[in-house]
Amino acid sequence: MGNTLKMAVRNLMRYKRRTLLVATLIALGVIAVQVFVASSSSYKSLIISQITDAMLGQMQIHKKGYLVSVENVPLNLNMDRRGAATIEGILDSLPEIEAYSPRIRLGGMISNYAETTNIRLYGISPEREYRTVPLLPKRLMSGSADLKPGEILVPQLLARGLGLKVGDPTVIIATNKDGSVNGKQFVVGGIVESAPGPGGRDGYINITDAAELLRMEEPEISEFAIHLKRFDRLDAAYERLAARLGQEVNREGKPKFEIHTWESLAPFANIAKMIDLMTVFIKILLVAIVLVSVMDVMIMSVYERTREIGTLAAIGTMPGRILATFVSEGILLGVFGVVIGNILALAAIYAIRFSKFTFSFGMKEGFILMPRMAMSDVLFVSIVVIGVSVIGSLQPALKASRMEPIKALKSV
Amino acid sequence: MAIVEAKSLCKTYDTGEVSVRALNDVSFSIDAGSVVSFIGPSGSGKTTLLNLIGCLDRPTAGELLIDGMDVASLDRKQSARFRGKNIGFIFQDFNLVPILTVYENVEYPLIMVLDTPAAERKALVRELLEEVGMADQQRKYPDQISGGQKQRVSIARALVTKPKLVLADEPTANLDHKTAHLILALMKKIRAELRTTFVFSTHDPKIVGEAEVIYRIEDGVLMDRQEQGGRRDG
Repeated sequence: MGNTLKMAVRNLMRYKRRTLLVATLIALGVIAVQVFVASSSSYKSLIISQITDAMLGQMQIHKKGYLVSVENVPLNLNMDRRGAATIEGILDSLPEIEAYSPRIRLGGMISNYAETTNIRLYGISPEREYRTVPLLPKRLMSGSADLKPGEILVPQLLARGLGLKVGDPTVIIATNKDGSVNGKQFVVGGIVESAPGPGGRDGYINITDAAELLRMEEPEISEFAIHLKRFDRLDAAYERLAARLGQEVNREGKPKFEIHTWESLAPFANIAKMIDLMTVFIKILLVAIVLVSVMDVMIMSVYERTREIGTLAAIGTMPGRILATFVSEGILLGVFGVVIGNILALAAIYAIRFSKFTFSFGMKEGFILMPRMAMSDVLFVSIVVIGVSVIGSLQPALKASRMEPIKALKSV
Repeated sequence: MAIVEAKSLCKTYDTGEVSVRALNDVSFSIDAGSVVSFIGPSGSGKTTLLNLIGCLDRPTAGELLIDGMDVASLDRKQSARFRGKNIGFIFQDFNLVPILTVYENVEYPLIMVLDTPAAERKALVRELLEEVGMADQQRKYPDQISGGQKQRVSIARALVTKPKLVLADEPTANLDHKTAHLILALMKKIRAELRTTFVFSTHDPKIVGEAEVIYRIEDGVLMDRQEQGGRRDG
């Protein structure tokens, strides 16, 4: 094995320029993949964390049928006290859940006494909400996030349109479940930055105020937002929760509740899928680069060394040894390219981090791209490149090993 | 005792619609430990005959026994294994591996063909390099030595596995006259020490005299056999 590798190294060094060229090509492919994967992952996780940790939560539980009517904010699909207690019992029993927050969602009108416009609101328990969506307080542009009873957090766009400032009085008018209208005076406790995505332009009031405004005798919960201890275990937690909630059925034997991950709640999930698809395409491109370049160089190598192969075969070298020599050359080319590529990719990724490259998403500006090269990506790319190098060198190596020595020796 | 026995060997090459008969009903035998030469003009069939004896090609008809083995019946892998153990090759163009040093070229068959243990390998290679007078050049690469030196290395490589038979196709064609004689003298000296059978082809009349038995071949037919010292069979 050691001698085969030694011969492979020397054969590669025999054509230094060609080896360097192919290794550079492979390295460039690896750099492109690693930088793209690291940057797109950073971009995705930044945006996803904005969506999940500043607004939606990572998962939401509603009464069955709520989500299809969510645009109408249907009060008749809120959970009663028993339903909410059932959900809380389930969520309390699952160790993977870090925090959850009950919410009352409502639509209404907001007035500054001179102008009136429509608004959608979340009635929340501030402390529980901020543990569930920890980036929400960071969206506060002015004022306080305490959200005491009687206070409202107004979204930036509405505040600008109505000329509202912290401390200004406002009135919220909302239609109740029975169709009657009620109004309640609030003081602007803070202005929140409008974030991209659903719910990004909604205001916040205390959950007791929401119940009072909607004339609920006790809070009827529209949704539970959930925050997990480990976001990377979202799918497993979803499966477990869905299975548990599936046991809760109504008299007709149909599920009482529905659960959704952020992916089915935010349109950004489609952009994330597109990014994943592009990542697949760029990985396919890398495979093509490695396959074509390794195969090309190995075909050339076999062609140029036909007579030498004939000599080795004539003196008794077994076909398997000849095959191993050429496959080793292909593997070494791949290893050489992938090592250089990963090192340079790491340097490029650190350069991006150091440059503090920023981008905007929706109304939000100043996101800093912080790409990170994951060990799993290094391993995946390395295995793919080396595997493809083996495949690329296999055909020329087989050709070399199957050469008739007498024909090969006649080659000029 | 005969190491090579050929009976009614024929070799025909089919090139499309035309068949070329390179060897026609050739029979001969070569005694173990002898130095034998096949002579004849270019295209007479010398190389074809050496390729058959070297198990690099198969006869179209006839029987060929090498050390008692019917080599025409061997498949590719068996042929390779048989060659590695029993036959050494010396090529007209030396055919040394350019990426290996002199030492490594000689060592190559022991590693890649016979899997000889390292200590034994070292002793064998050194012994052979001393024998061919290339011990002081062992770290050089083939492109750093002369043609005569390359052929010495080629002889050492052919002999390092201690084969029963060494085949040399025009081994002196690319050497000057003086070096050619030195190489043949070296082959004979080693033959005397190792009792290896040397078979070489040539069309150079000046070196033919180095062989003990000379077969003359023309148009694929063995014309006569001549033993050095006088006896001639027509």
